[in-house]
Amino acid sequence: MRTDDLIKALDADARSKAMPLRSAWWMAAGAAAITAAIVFLLTIGPRPDFMAAAHTMRFLSKFVFTIVLAVSAFALIRALSTPGAPTGRAMAGMIAAPLLVAVAVVLELLVVPQADWGTRMVGSNMMICMGFIPLIGIGPLAIFLWMLRYGAPTRPVLAGAVAGLLAGGLAATFYAAHCFDDSPLFVATWYTIAIAVLALLGALGGRFFVRW
Amino acid sequence: MTGKDEAELSRLMRAAIAGDEKAYADFLHRIAALVRGFVRRKIVQGGVDPEDVVQETLLAIHVKRHTWRQDASVLPWVYAIARFKLIDAFRRRGRRIEIDVDDIAETFAEPEPETVSERDINRALDGLSPAQRSVVSAVSVEGRSIGETAAKFGISETAVRVSLHRGLAAIAKRFGQGRFGRE
Repeated sequence: MRTDDLIKALDADARSKAMPLRSAWWMAAGAAAITAAIVFLLTIGPRPDFMAAAHTMRFLSKFVFTIVLAVSAFALIRALSTPGAPTGRAMAGMIAAPLLVAVAVVLELLVVPQADWGTRMVGSNMMICMGFIPLIGIGPLAIFLWMLRYGAPTRPVLAGAVAGLLAGGLAATFYAAHCFDDSPLFVATWYTIAIAVLALLGALGGRFFVRW
Repeated sequence: MTGKDEAELSRLMRAAIAGDEKAYADFLHRIAALVRGFVRRKIVQGGVDPEDVVQETLLAIHVKRHTWRQDASVLPWVYAIARFKLIDAFRRRGRRIEIDVDDIAETFAEPEPETVSERDINRALDGLSPAQRSVVSAVSVEGRSIGETAAKFGISETAVRVSLHRGLAAIAKRFGQGRFGRE
């Protein structure tokens, strides 16, 4: 087929419509949040003393970390799924969440006696944490990988990993409402590992599933 | 390629997305010539036919046009797709590639005419269902309108549009999965 003939066919299909990628991403984010919420509420649910805990700094700080991660990953993944879109600023934004966690860890080490560092870090829930963050995040990850297929990421593996970070940030936000271990030492260790699992799955999904 | 040309291309693409077929044809012809110049410059060794990459790029531009942000300029988007498809073509043929990711020369690529040979897209066409294949061939190779194609096969115009759209999407998808390289 000559290129001019191909253009005739594309032109004849000019009226076919698809939802703009930007709107589709917002819908996907909504669907992912609902999916995560359903899994969360059907399995572990929020901790019973949620209202009382909401007055403590450590409890609240967990949501700052996870929400900042989700928001920065959302900005980056939208840029990565658009060919030619600048990604520098969104990429730099990904430092925010780890930086906040690092600051919180330093503060925690300053105020907590050294003898307690171990118990704070190990906590009481680490297996639940490492199981449920991926479990809550797997549905959102599937939605985000599907969105990457709908988009046009020129770096599919990186975009897939960011999809995992986004799913991880979202899942960890819900999980944080359940978990009794509020120390930044616990969060920096186990949340990070759980979210890294999703990022790895996302990168694999990007490699093998996101083709266009 | 000047800023004025680029603004004109963005305008044509916006009109095309709004459903203006004349603007879309104009846009695609001009983009094909630009991408051809870009791809030929990048392929210094044999093994990849530049025109195959041009056609894959045009198909990708078509099926992914919802990813273009209408407030952004259209050429960086086009070249990012062309570069992706070029790398993909090299990868499929098992070649190591060296492409300057930030090559600004692409901005100055001159339009170039097509060379004719057997195309990967013909092989891709063979993978379609018979109905899709006959509709895509009628509209492209035979140059028939939607109405003429509907009359030829005795089906509705809507059915022609659906077959055409699905056929093009299927071809683009097969290219994306790399099933049509010259192995």
